[in-house]
Amino acid sequence: MAFEGLADRLQSTMQKIRGKGKVSEADVKEMMREVRLALLEADVNFKVVKEFVKKVSERAVGQEVLKSLTPGQQVIKVVKEELTNLMGGEESKIAVSNRPPTVIMMVGLQGAGKTTTTGKLANLLRKKYNRTPLLVAADIYRPAAIKQLETLGKQLDMPVFSLGDQVSPVEIAKQAIAKAKEDHHDYVLIDTAGRLHVDEALMGELKEIKELANPNEIFLVVDAMTGQDAVNVAASFNEQLGLTGVVLTKLDGDTRGGAALSIRSVTNTPIKFIGLGEKLDALESFHPERMASRILGMGDVLTLIEKAQENVDEEKAREMEKKMRTASFTLDDFLEQLGQVRNMGPLDELLKMMPGANKIKGLNNMQIDEKQITHVEAIIQSMTKEEKIHPEIITAGRRKRIAKGSGTSVPEVNRLLKQFEDMKKMMKQMTGMQQKGKKKGKKKGGFNLPFNPFQ
Amino acid sequence: MSFFKKLKEKITKQTDAVTEKFKDGLTKTRDSFSGRVNDLVARYRKVDEDFFEELEEILIQADVGFETVMELIEELKMEVKRQNIQDPAEVQGVISEKLVEIYQGGEDETSRLNIQAEGLTVLLFVGVNGVGKTTTIGKLAHKFKVEGKKVVLAAGDTFRAGAIEQLEVWGERVGVDVIKQGAGSDPAAVMFDAVQAAKSRNADILICDTAGRLQNKVNLMKELEKVKRVIEREVPNAPHEVLLVLDATTGQNALIQAKTFKEATNVSGIVLTKLDGTAKGGIVLAIRNELGIPVKFVGLGEKMDDLQEFDAEQYVYGLFADLVEKEEIE
Ligand SMILES: Nc1nc2c(ncn2[C@@H]2O[C@H](COP(=O)(O)OP(=O)(O)OP(=O)(O)O)[C@@H](O)[C@H]2O)c(=O)[nH]1
Ligand SMILES: Nc1nc2c(ncn2[C@@H]2O[C@H](COP(=O)(O)OP(=O)(O)OP(=O)(O)O)[C@@H](O)[C@H]2O)c(=O)[nH]1
Ligand SMILES: [Mg+2]
Ligand SMILES: [Mg+2]
Repeated sequence: MAFEGLADRLQSTMQKIRGKGKVSEADVKEMMREVRLALLEADVNFKVVKEFVKKVSERAVGQEVLKSLTPGQQVIKVVKEELTNLMGGEESKIAVSNRPPTVIMMVGLQGAGKTTTTGKLANLLRKKYNRTPLLVAADIYRPAAIKQLETLGKQLDMPVFSLGDQVSPVEIAKQAIAKAKEDHHDYVLIDTAGRLHVDEALMGELKEIKELANPNEIFLVVDAMTGQDAVNVAASFNEQLGLTGVVLTKLDGDTRGGAALSIRSVTNTPIKFIGLGEKLDALESFHPERMASRILGMGDVLTLIEKAQENVDEEKAREMEKKMRTASFTLDDFLEQLGQVRNMGPLDELLKMMPGANKIKGLNNMQIDEKQITHVEAIIQSMTKEEKIHPEIITAGRRKRIAKGSGTSVPEVNRLLKQFEDMKKMMKQMTGMQQKGKKKGKKKGGFNLPFNPFQ
Repeated sequence: MSFFKKLKEKITKQTDAVTEKFKDGLTKTRDSFSGRVNDLVARYRKVDEDFFEELEEILIQADVGFETVMELIEELKMEVKRQNIQDPAEVQGVISEKLVEIYQGGEDETSRLNIQAEGLTVLLFVGVNGVGKTTTIGKLAHKFKVEGKKVVLAAGDTFRAGAIEQLEVWGERVGVDVIKQGAGSDPAAVMFDAVQAAKSRNADILICDTAGRLQNKVNLMKELEKVKRVIEREVPNAPHEVLLVLDATTGQNALIQAKTFKEATNVSGIVLTKLDGTAKGGIVLAIRNELGIPVKFVGLGEKMDDLQEFDAEQYVYGLFADLVEKEEIE
């Protein structure tokens, strides 16, 4: 069940190659198999994977990897580059019509997040571009769909246009645009009902709205957890409506999000935004490179650092980044950051973004409570300077002393030390795949963080 | 009698429209899946590595779940070796048999809910955002109502915009009471109220809605545990079922969902929704295989009666009808 990232997957192949001192084509083939599996595990559609692997193989066999002294890293580099390229550039621009209002239509399967994203987009348009959007409730089918959008409108203090659920969505769209012109709204955001791409009648309805409203943007909203079917859904919506952009929702979860690659490659339409939560400010621009890392299970270091910067003062954040990268992280640093980290918001969310964090057993149950933080603080404070820098010198006798001094127990001290070591190992992973001696296979659990003694 | 013949006979005995509807919902799945297996078999002359690799892909395309696919392929390889099978056509039978085996888990499990003969039965719905919890509750309430049971619904999603109203619309549609508090109130408090109301109204069944939550949100999972504890405290042996709703379009993440929700709330069954689309929902196979959680219902649409009891044999039959028929001709 523990999903391995590409780096882990390539470990055993690397070991073999190291022994031989030379990379053969067969080795490359084996590595490509691992690439393929890593992508499949991330829910990238199998056809997309096939094409992708073919392309990467060509580059790899084309000497880039064969010649390299560090073939594993080279493979990862090639894979990541290709993946990033495939996902296109950053294109979070929203169309502006030269004859306002600009009309945006939200479409997608049931429950993907259209209504929520409509609210988020409205919020973004106002906040970032100083616009005055009109929200349009054109879902007359789902129970309380109109009420849902109205509630979001109220939360945002923005007008919502609705004609109840007895008027056709086409008519609603028509009247809404007229109303927007009258009231000088520069954007019209049409929330449509969720529907299956194979539902001819309802897809026909969307086509009618499109004809009439002549939208500047048609956004397909897709759940990031979508599996292999993402290609069918995206291709079909695109064929029938001609999409201009994609919004990937629920990326605040722990899915790898391989659907991003699938969708991009079958529609050739930019992924413009990602949804990172249920709240109305949880919409962000799509970054292809970060998405590539995420799909490959390499963690989202950049977002982690960004988050840190938002909440911690910048200099310290930079320091933290560096320490994490070089793994020159002492117990003292840990102690100092404990306080900082506490201010950074939900710790579990931050940890999820770290490379390898998906394998950390118990992370799901992790709970940070003040009392337990105090314990950890007390333990570290009871250590000598030397001990904090070189925890390996802490003998059984010293452990007893530390436990006594901190009012905790020896097992608690042991746990902290063990987990601190594990964390340092994990941090090393961030810098590449240098670390040795880790066997490939179904090693459940994996690393633990020092944060875990809180459990 | 061959395994598939038995299966088919059992199905044909269940004459009603249920089977038809089930099959309808799964035709898309079935066509593409068994079609591809047939295709595969026709194209290959030899059972070799490439053959297995492609078979792997077929299963992966159905979202079966990576590890399950690997295990299955391993077993198949062994079986092929043991029986010294050279001809791909012969592998076909083994493939289907193995899949059925996983679905059935050896025993004849029913999808029946644990409904108390006497007193209040409490059903708790959990799952990630937008999978179909509230809709399924509406459908299930309808089913119980038709059976003559007195049903009460608890509006435990106090967070999402319009969630309470959505459940209320379902309550009106079906004709059952909905217990609610204001938006933003404590869901555990709503549950407490709902249990008291259900008791005092002599209800047979209380169905509890909860807000969608992603399984990696620790605080929200704790909140869910609290909601469950309130129910446990107020009604002995309750909740009688904790139903995890999964969207059939979800990929590998569904496995993590099942695992985490199981750890937090001891999930007793799964409802697999949106099977009326083109997604195959094959991940339930992995979930049964790895976590042992059975599927109890499937959602086949947005209407009140678009809910069917899950029948493993029917499901497999739907997936493999072509294969079954082929074997019979031979
Ligand atoms: N965690 C998280 N939840 C989200 C996100 N976007 C939407 N949701 C949640 O997903 C669920 C479904 O969202 P809706 O906006 O109702 O989806 P929809 O596509 O409008 O649904 P239908 O209209 O029924 O087709 C709700 O619980 C939302 O709060 C996101 O980015 N992250
Ligand atoms: N096609 C299809 N749509 C379904 C099915 N079940 C639910 N839906 C639709 O999926 C969307 C989300 O359903 P909800 O019942 O609101 O989902 P939920 O899990 O309660 O969502 P949150 O409370 O926001 O987490 C709605 O548009 C439903 O009509 C199904 O079996 N088939
Ligand atoms: Mg909606
Ligand atoms: Mg709901």
